[in-house]
Amino acid sequence: MNKGLYIHIPFCGRKCSYCDFYSVTDRSYLRDRYTDTAVRNILHAGYVYDTVYFGGGTPSLMEPRHIERILSAADITAGAEITMEANPESVNPEKLRAFGDAGVNRLSFGVQTFSDDVLKGLWRLHDGKKAADAIKYAHKAGFENISADLMAGLPFPGGKERIKSDIETLVSLGITHVSVYMLKVEKGTPLSENKDLVSVIDDDVSAEEYETAAELLEKNGIFCYEISNFAVKGFECKHNLKYWKCEEYYGTGPAAHSCTDGKRYMVPADVERYISSPVQDVVYTDEESCGEDERLMLRLRLREWIALEEFPFVREKIGEFAGYGLAEVKDGLFRFSQKGLLLSNALTAELLLERDRYAERK
Amino acid sequence: MNIRNFCIIAHIDHGKSTLADRLLELTKTVSLRDMQEQLLDNMDIERERGITIKARAVRLSYTADDGEEYILNLIDTPGHVDFNYEVSRSLAACEGAILVVDASQGIEAQTLANTYLAIEHDLEIVPCINKIDLPSADPERVCTEIENVIGIPAMDSPRISAKTGENIHAVLESIVKGIPAPKDNSSAPLKALIFDSFYDPYKGVIIYVRVFDGKVRPGDRIRLMATGAEFDVVETGFMGAKDLVPCEMLSSGEVGYITASIKSIGDTKVGDTVTLADAPCEEALPGYREVNPMVFCGIYPADGAHYSDLRDALEKLQLNDASLSFEPETSAALGFGFRCGFLGLLHMEIIQERLEREYNLDLITTAPSVIYKLEMTDKSTVYIDNPTNYPENTLISQAYEPFVKASVLSPSEYVGNIMDLCTQRRGVYKDMTYLDETRVEMHYELPLNEIIYDFFDALKSRTRGYASFDYEFDGYRAGKLVKLDILLNGEVVDALSFIVNEEGAYPRARKICEKLKDNIPRQLFEVPVQAAIGGKIIARETVKAMRKDVLAKCYGGDISRKKKLLEKQKEGKKRMRKLGSVEVPQEAFMAVLKLDE
Repeated sequence: MNKGLYIHIPFCGRKCSYCDFYSVTDRSYLRDRYTDTAVRNILHAGYVYDTVYFGGGTPSLMEPRHIERILSAADITAGAEITMEANPESVNPEKLRAFGDAGVNRLSFGVQTFSDDVLKGLWRLHDGKKAADAIKYAHKAGFENISADLMAGLPFPGGKERIKSDIETLVSLGITHVSVYMLKVEKGTPLSENKDLVSVIDDDVSAEEYETAAELLEKNGIFCYEISNFAVKGFECKHNLKYWKCEEYYGTGPAAHSCTDGKRYMVPADVERYISSPVQDVVYTDEESCGEDERLMLRLRLREWIALEEFPFVREKIGEFAGYGLAEVKDGLFRFSQKGLLLSNALTAELLLERDRYAERK
Repeated sequence: MNIRNFCIIAHIDHGKSTLADRLLELTKTVSLRDMQEQLLDNMDIERERGITIKARAVRLSYTADDGEEYILNLIDTPGHVDFNYEVSRSLAACEGAILVVDASQGIEAQTLANTYLAIEHDLEIVPCINKIDLPSADPERVCTEIENVIGIPAMDSPRISAKTGENIHAVLESIVKGIPAPKDNSSAPLKALIFDSFYDPYKGVIIYVRVFDGKVRPGDRIRLMATGAEFDVVETGFMGAKDLVPCEMLSSGEVGYITASIKSIGDTKVGDTVTLADAPCEEALPGYREVNPMVFCGIYPADGAHYSDLRDALEKLQLNDASLSFEPETSAALGFGFRCGFLGLLHMEIIQERLEREYNLDLITTAPSVIYKLEMTDKSTVYIDNPTNYPENTLISQAYEPFVKASVLSPSEYVGNIMDLCTQRRGVYKDMTYLDETRVEMHYELPLNEIIYDFFDALKSRTRGYASFDYEFDGYRAGKLVKLDILLNGEVVDALSFIVNEEGAYPRARKICEKLKDNIPRQLFEVPVQAAIGGKIIARETVKAMRKDVLAKCYGGDISRKKKLLEKQKEGKKRMRKLGSVEVPQEAFMAVLKLDE
């Protein structure tokens, strides 16, 4: 079966206050050597891919020629989905067209919000106008499959109204895919040090904003298909779906994750080490991937119905959850409700515990 | 006789164990190489908390300034009120006591209580002023205090620093000179007092004795007078600092140990008299009063599968702690466990801690309770140590609760705070005396159930840690008591029931509900927390339903991290107790006990 290809581009113009992903802000001079290394690794791995995803970091900081070299090195099936994450401030119509010519056919913009004050508060480099412009440029450059990230639960007042207006703006710009992420304070980030901001972050407020967003998106024909992801029918992200469906993917670049041959592993988060290794070093995080527990945990993130007979041990608990309005059951199928998705950790942990008990009884 | 049998009386932190260490060093009982701090306190908990729980004994030999060689038997005693029975048994084996007083703190409540106990046992008291190296030391004032309060001369007592080792020699000299030698009655029939015993897996029960009359040697057939049990002595010996040292015999005036292949610690009651089976003494020694547990709580394994491990652990602890009692009980909420009886709160905490640390058990402990005495309408009398079993009020004609006589020593500036606290806890003021211009001793009568939760912590926080506190049981008194039930999601949780005084029921119910609300994590549904008396709800709080618990972003396919997080969350759920449909962490059970915060 064809795999997904993930390329981690670890360059950024600036670190956002909340971000704990691996990136460096002072070494864009490494881009050529980085590209050589990615090409070397992709050739070495030798898989065939039907989805490609440039994640970051800020992939749009790469030159189109870098992207083109990487894509032409990989064995990619015809009609494959090829996504690139992009930050609004780093693109213009010509550059986007060149990315498209290199093979990219899906763009994912880190919009977060259109509110200038809030963007400043998050240490983003763009403002609301640049974000709207970027989406317009993308359309001009011929892209139809465009996604935008939004953030909910931000520690700035008026969140509910803000996310509504953000969604309205996106809809008016003809967006086909939206990811709504609730802010999580990660250890070691500048945000986590800012006690004033951290103290106003509230789970209930986040939940309410998320639910408001979900409702408004659905009203506009953009449907929830995974906890954080919403799309116009047919525009779901094929690459990310591989993660949730326990399909295989190969990742290259520092801090990239892979799942191939039944194993999960990652590349150490060190760009210098990456470019100086003939073949990337990896650290195994799981020697046995896609077990029953993992499949359940990942599938439950989706809105897709799951057959009860596939996971017989959940029957009783799911019934209980349904009683609280947190799950839905019909014709031997089940899934979490929209409200249940927001509690997916607690619910899934219960189901995994139930799985252990079920195994003990047997 | 060149023997001196003595103990050391001191308040916690006044330097008893450090002084014992110095005495061991100076008499070369322990080589410097083997020396470690608090040598006699060999339980981890004792070292960490700086307290002595078990009585211990050690033999020192000392060549005094008069050129004579003396055997000094130090019988180490616990200082805390809960372990009074241990103190009392040690005192009975001695002729004298060193009273260690901190040169800056002065006399404390426990010191006073134990000193009075020693005087009752006719012991010679040798005061000794410790910590003179501290800048705040005021030995003159402390000596005056000892003379005024206890009424014994103290001006010439050794002024020492056990920490730096200064003047320890003077302590040894005053033991030799100030404490009388034991009377030599070695030709009389054997009469020896058991002051401690413990179980050794190889030798059986080892009993620690003080021989008053006669002699005992291996091969003798001994009789334990209270139980009537007879055994053949296998070994006699004395206590070295680290090991037991066998010797030919023990005779009048000496302190040592006996082994006699005794299988059960139940045969060797502390306080019993050992005599010879074929030449018994006429009368047993007076012995000690029987100690009864005062405080009870339910102890349950967090994981029901560990019930038998818990039982084994309790049995093992009981081998060396006859004052611990336990019997099986069942709780609808917590499953199978044990109702355990303790001498006091510290005793309870220590047993819990030892179960968790030495036996690696995860426990849930219910709120401590006292024993209530109930006269029923059918004229019968019942004793209730578990609130769950408290009958309906209509079946009770009169309820009685245990009271204690309490004494509090404190700097006088905190008198107001202490009075507030004692009044709040239904205390009855008795009297107050000034020890000197700045320190007072207050006496109160208090219901025991008002002091078993957090009285000591509350007292400490109201007096910035300066007050000390001691109590003794003072009988039962009539009271208006009610049973307070706690309901989670509409279901009574038996393990959370309390008996309270009617007047205090409302505020306590409110506080318990608040505490539970703060300590129960949000669940998948809204959880009402209610308190009720006889079916009538008197307080209510709500734990709101959980809204969000989700990992939104799954960075670049990092599934392993997510899986680990869920595994951890699953393990966390395993440790929670399910009460009905509500998950309750262990902390919630403990938090309801600390209502004073």
